Amino acid sequence: MNKNHRVPSNRTLNAVEVKSKFGAEFRRFSLERSKPGRFDEFYGLLQHVHRIPNVDLLVGYADVHGDLLPINNDDNYHKAISMAAPLLRLFLQRKEEADYSAFGTDTVTRKKTPAALAAVLLRPDANKKKPPIIISLPKDFRPVSSIIDVDILPETHRRVRLYKHGQEKPLGFYIRDGSSVRVTPQGLEKVPGIFISRMVPGGLAESTGLLAVNDEVLEVNGIEVSGKSLDQVTDMMIANSHNLIITVKPANQRNNVVRNSGGGATSGSSGRSSDSSTSFYGYSTPGLMAMTPSHIIQNYEPDEESEEEEDLVIEADRGAKLVLQAGARATASTSMPALPRYEPHLDLRTSNGTMASSASAGSLNAHRGLEGRSLEEDGTVITL
Amino acid sequence: MMKFRFRRQGNDPHREKIKQDLFAFSKTVEHGFPNQPSALAYDPKLQLMAIGTKSGAIKIYGAPGVEMTGLHKDTAAVTQIHFLYGQGRMLSLLDDNTIHLWEIVQRENRSHLVELHSFNLPGRPGIESTSATRVTVMLLKLSCDLLALGTEGGGVHFLELPTLTLLNKSLFQDEIMQSVPEEYKCGKSLGPVESLQEHPQDSDKILIGYSRGLVVLWDLNSRHVVNLFLGKQQLESLVWERSGNSFVSSHSDGGYMVWAVSSSNPCTHDPISSTIPYGPFPCKAVNKILWRTTELGAPLVLFSGGMPRASYGDRHCLTILQDSSHVTLDFTSRVIDFFTIHCTDKEKEFDDPSALVVLLEEELVVIDLQMAGWPTVPAPYLAPLHSSAITCSCHISNVPPKLWERVISAGQQQCPLQNYENWPICGGKNLAPDPKQKELLLTGHEDGTVRFWDASGVSLKPLYKLSTASIFQTDCDHNDSLMQAGEEEWPPFRKVGCFDPYSDDPRLGIQKISVCKYSGKLVVAGTAGQVIVMVLSDEKSDHMIDVATVDLLQDREGFTWKGHDRLPPKSGSVVFAPGFQPVVLVQCMPPAAVTAVTLHAEWNLIAFGTSHGFGLFDYHRRNPVLARCTLHPNDSLAMEGPLSRVKSLKKSLRQSFRRIRKSRVSGKKRAVVYSPTSKVQEANAQLAEHDAEVTPVQRRIEPRSADDSLSGVVRCLCFADTFLRDGTHHGPTMWAGTNSGSVYAYALDVPSQEKFSEQSVEALLGKEIQLMHRAPVVSIAVLDGRGNPLPEPYEVSRDLAKAPDMQGSHSVLITSEEQFKVFMLPKVSAKTKFKLTAHEGCRVRKVALSNFTSVSSEEYSENALVCLTNLGDIHVFSVPALRPQVRYDCIRKEDISGIASCVFTKTGQGFYLISPSEYERFSLSARVITEPLCRVDVERPHDLSAHSPTLPPQANGTHKTQAESKAAETEELLYEMRSALSSPVLDSPNSSADITLDTTGELTVEDVKDFLMTVDEAENNFRNIAEEDGRPPGILIN
Repeated sequence: MNKNHRVPSNRTLNAVEVKSKFGAEFRRFSLERSKPGRFDEFYGLLQHVHRIPNVDLLVGYADVHGDLLPINNDDNYHKAISMAAPLLRLFLQRKEEADYSAFGTDTVTRKKTPAALAAVLLRPDANKKKPPIIISLPKDFRPVSSIIDVDILPETHRRVRLYKHGQEKPLGFYIRDGSSVRVTPQGLEKVPGIFISRMVPGGLAESTGLLAVNDEVLEVNGIEVSGKSLDQVTDMMIANSHNLIITVKPANQRNNVVRNSGGGATSGSSGRSSDSSTSFYGYSTPGLMAMTPSHIIQNYEPDEESEEEEDLVIEADRGAKLVLQAGARATASTSMPALPRYEPHLDLRTSNGTMASSASAGSLNAHRGLEGRSLEEDGTVITL
Repeated sequence: MMKFRFRRQGNDPHREKIKQDLFAFSKTVEHGFPNQPSALAYDPKLQLMAIGTKSGAIKIYGAPGVEMTGLHKDTAAVTQIHFLYGQGRMLSLLDDNTIHLWEIVQRENRSHLVELHSFNLPGRPGIESTSATRVTVMLLKLSCDLLALGTEGGGVHFLELPTLTLLNKSLFQDEIMQSVPEEYKCGKSLGPVESLQEHPQDSDKILIGYSRGLVVLWDLNSRHVVNLFLGKQQLESLVWERSGNSFVSSHSDGGYMVWAVSSSNPCTHDPISSTIPYGPFPCKAVNKILWRTTELGAPLVLFSGGMPRASYGDRHCLTILQDSSHVTLDFTSRVIDFFTIHCTDKEKEFDDPSALVVLLEEELVVIDLQMAGWPTVPAPYLAPLHSSAITCSCHISNVPPKLWERVISAGQQQCPLQNYENWPICGGKNLAPDPKQKELLLTGHEDGTVRFWDASGVSLKPLYKLSTASIFQTDCDHNDSLMQAGEEEWPPFRKVGCFDPYSDDPRLGIQKISVCKYSGKLVVAGTAGQVIVMVLSDEKSDHMIDVATVDLLQDREGFTWKGHDRLPPKSGSVVFAPGFQPVVLVQCMPPAAVTAVTLHAEWNLIAFGTSHGFGLFDYHRRNPVLARCTLHPNDSLAMEGPLSRVKSLKKSLRQSFRRIRKSRVSGKKRAVVYSPTSKVQEANAQLAEHDAEVTPVQRRIEPRSADDSLSGVVRCLCFADTFLRDGTHHGPTMWAGTNSGSVYAYALDVPSQEKFSEQSVEALLGKEIQLMHRAPVVSIAVLDGRGNPLPEPYEVSRDLAKAPDMQGSHSVLITSEEQFKVFMLPKVSAKTKFKLTAHEGCRVRKVALSNFTSVSSEEYSENALVCLTNLGDIHVFSVPALRPQVRYDCIRKEDISGIASCVFTKTGQGFYLISPSEYERFSLSARVITEPLCRVDVERPHDLSAHSPTLPPQANGTHKTQAESKAAETEELLYEMRSALSSPVLDSPNSSADITLDTTGELTVEDVKDFLMTVDEAENNFRNIAEEDGRPPGILIN
């Protein structure tokens, strides 16, 4: 039945059609595939289009395999948008009456068609046999680390990427000076090196299990540390702490990734097996990924950089504030006190300078944008 | 592996050539007083003075501007220097017992100091201890062909000059002992040779004084004792009377004796006279004595030391005695050596000394001996910069002549004698052309003074001294009355010199200085939160100062300041001499040290910041405009103040232990020079090093968090007329950056000039930027539409600078300790950035925007960002593209005070402290170089430099004369440069077309939330954006 509504046009190639279902009501709108925005904005949009501003929602979508998967953070939201082909089917549930068991991969085997899947959602009372224990969905499911560039590094080396995600958990390791033995044409030579000296229990580094005490640090974000002092390396690591990629020579060489001894063509993909590729997709623009499959470039997408390095700019302009403040405050306090802050695409990436909205959603967004803007008037601090 | 990512620049030969024409690094000259001087010498023929230091440097000074420096290969202290009179050569004796011969050579039409050879006195065979051949004194004969060395073992050795070959006619004590009467011998040795003096009339005879007291007149030709003087008091020094009929000896008991030399009596037992000037109680030794005859009357006796041990044993004194005139010069630092400038012409009958030059540990004092009362002569160089410790410095280039004259006249009224015409040391010729523009260096000191120095040329001359202490009530005001009471007593002390290391009150210390060179306004900020606005006035004035207090904590609660109190201002009116006179005093509360200050004289505004927040003050209406607290709620340390007990006892204990350990190790290193046990110690040191490896230093890797200590410290402030509210209307703005990477931008409402009195200034917070990496913001600068820094206030209205481009979009360059970033205005969207720390592992310490002019064409110049890092190297980046241009090693990274003191000029030069008393001047520009350019004309009997084996290193010759060598190529180069500029060359600093290639300039998205715009405005902005996009293809923001 979905197919009947599809209107093939040039515009839709870049747009994602969204069909959202809440209770018995459907809403249709479209999103720009390359700039999906953030989850909280999307969530606000859903609440708006369904006209249920104060309802806590559980958002699910049907993926290509027909599984009902949750959308509750930026990562799986982006994933959903990128995988929509081209229709994205959403199923909204009230949080208080959500049926968590409906989610999961086995939903396909139990209920073959998406329609049946929807039926489950529509009539939660039909499955009274479900255990009453509610196991909450992981709210913020993110990669903490990954091994990257396995195919281009010598087997004795390991390149580890630590994801900080702006959270408060410390990176949690110490480095020290030391000397390592290198093989040179003149024989063995002792050279100064930087080593991991200690792990902070419970820190990010320890929790990954990819770094260990006495591992020699060879590079920090692509810059060799040889010839640099301990203080310099420390400063480099701290300056890169938002997206730290360190190449180490593990002290324990037994856990190294073993590569296929087969042809060069296949080694790449086998190397990829150790890469946490799913989490990676969540982090990068799919279009870019498709164009640049090389592992070398994947470390340094400008996109990533921007994510960690967004400096926070807070505007506080008196003139406009005076005019709008009173009304805005009234709106905010009465109608939508708990509304998450929402910013339409239109303004989100204004620096880009393009009107980033498709025709179908354009008017909606513009309207929404004005409203959203006025809602923000009293908030001088905006967390990005 | 990933190196290709950091594409090396400089593939473009055009750009390389331009860079070579713009940038060149050289350390040009050292300003100030040499640190730890240890030797002094004077050449009366060439009128040159030489000073040796403990670090092995030799500096020669003549007329102002005539300076030469030499550095020994080994860093051993220079203990003695002797000139070969008139030859432009000198001998230096080092602490490691080596003797070096130096020569002034002419190269490229200017004089340099080079070392020719060195000599080490071999140990006497069969004697274990090397100290016997340790040279104690040197005598250079006036004929300059023979050098006599007195040793610790009591022997005298002779060297031929200038070849420094040991002659086989050494004189040992046993030879002398044969002529000494039996009753004097009593089985003891004569001790080390303490003095060697050539007979003033008969050059074959030398006077040898031994430590035990025996003085021998020795004939060099016939090798026999002419006279014996059986002194019984331990000898310190000897000096001849001009006629050679008598000599004077000084002794360790604080006395001196006059001995007559008569041919009739070969063995003199008693002197003519013996005096202990400060007796009868025990006195300290008279280290050196000079005896100068005068035509007019009694001889002049000058000696150092000899003070009564109990009462004045700790004073550093030099006494001048003549008849009944008696002055005890009381110095604040140790007397190293002194000499008189007198008539050396053999025909003349009298010495007639004209000046006394005293080298002290911390300054040089010159006394005019011809004028009554022996006044001091101000020195045109060797200024003691550190007379009170330097706490900050500020450089003003291109000083307008009007301000210059007024500062000079203010200085002259302060110190009327300030003309350098009667400066006695005036050898050599200064060839340096007169500086094109006047430069001022301002130093702030711990005692609350600001000193103005003429930094236009090679010699740094003091111009004017400004004291801020007079407007405060301090405990130390009664000091003067104490001194006057002391005036009457014996000995007749006279305070001489200006070195005064003791600060009256540490709160007076100057922290920051800001000057408007066009309006003659000055803002000085200090340790106790005081911000003083001063106005240059040519008239004496007696007025009250307006005092205002600004509470920077606002209504933050839960904080208590545990540091010092604010300085209480004096009530009532205060008299001010002509010069800079305080008008307004703003006191920050809590009274923490001011960390940033800036002045905009056109808007009558000052901005200041401390560790708690920043404030804006209208000094015309005496009205605070704004105060903002920058404290983070978790930041407790900021409240403790500098005197906190709880700060970190553990940390400071650890540090002091480390310091002790370190000093012990380095102490060992110094001691190993002659000791036979050195091998054991070496092994021990190695063991200790090994130990250090067992417990290595660790560094914790933690990202910066918001609650770092002292995150609220305001690091920089800046005023700019730019676009903050929207892209069409520019107006006054103020920017502040903090230690935690926050930037606050305020839009100011400044009334027009006529309405200043009626209307008040208003400030509105426009933007707040939180840098994600949270590194301290070191500097903020606004660039105009062409990417040039905005001109200073008044520069445009007085037609002194080109008006900034107000059409194109402005941008702001924010420098943090880790990154440089250019943001477009008014949106504050990132344009370019360079992540220095992430790439190099170093942090930005000092930064400045300088203008570099090409050496081959005066018309071509570029703006560049100059940055000094914590590793002591200097990086130069183009602006606004932020591409690395060049990098030079400048300061040792261990030299933290050197790095902290660095100040850049607007023309690509800089200064940093190499010791508490010396500024090293360096140049990054290939064109603007201030270096000594002097010539000393000498005549030598035989020139050695022709066959000198190698060209030894010379400190003076590090610079290149690019201007001359390049002159020929100018035409061609200029053409190339133009062509380079016309085509969109990738590496050109002003083109941002290649940004995407520069991997270091990855662009970031700034989410600027602008909720205040109406739809029309939004459309306008989109139009602006579209225009931006229409510019060179590269300004991508995505």
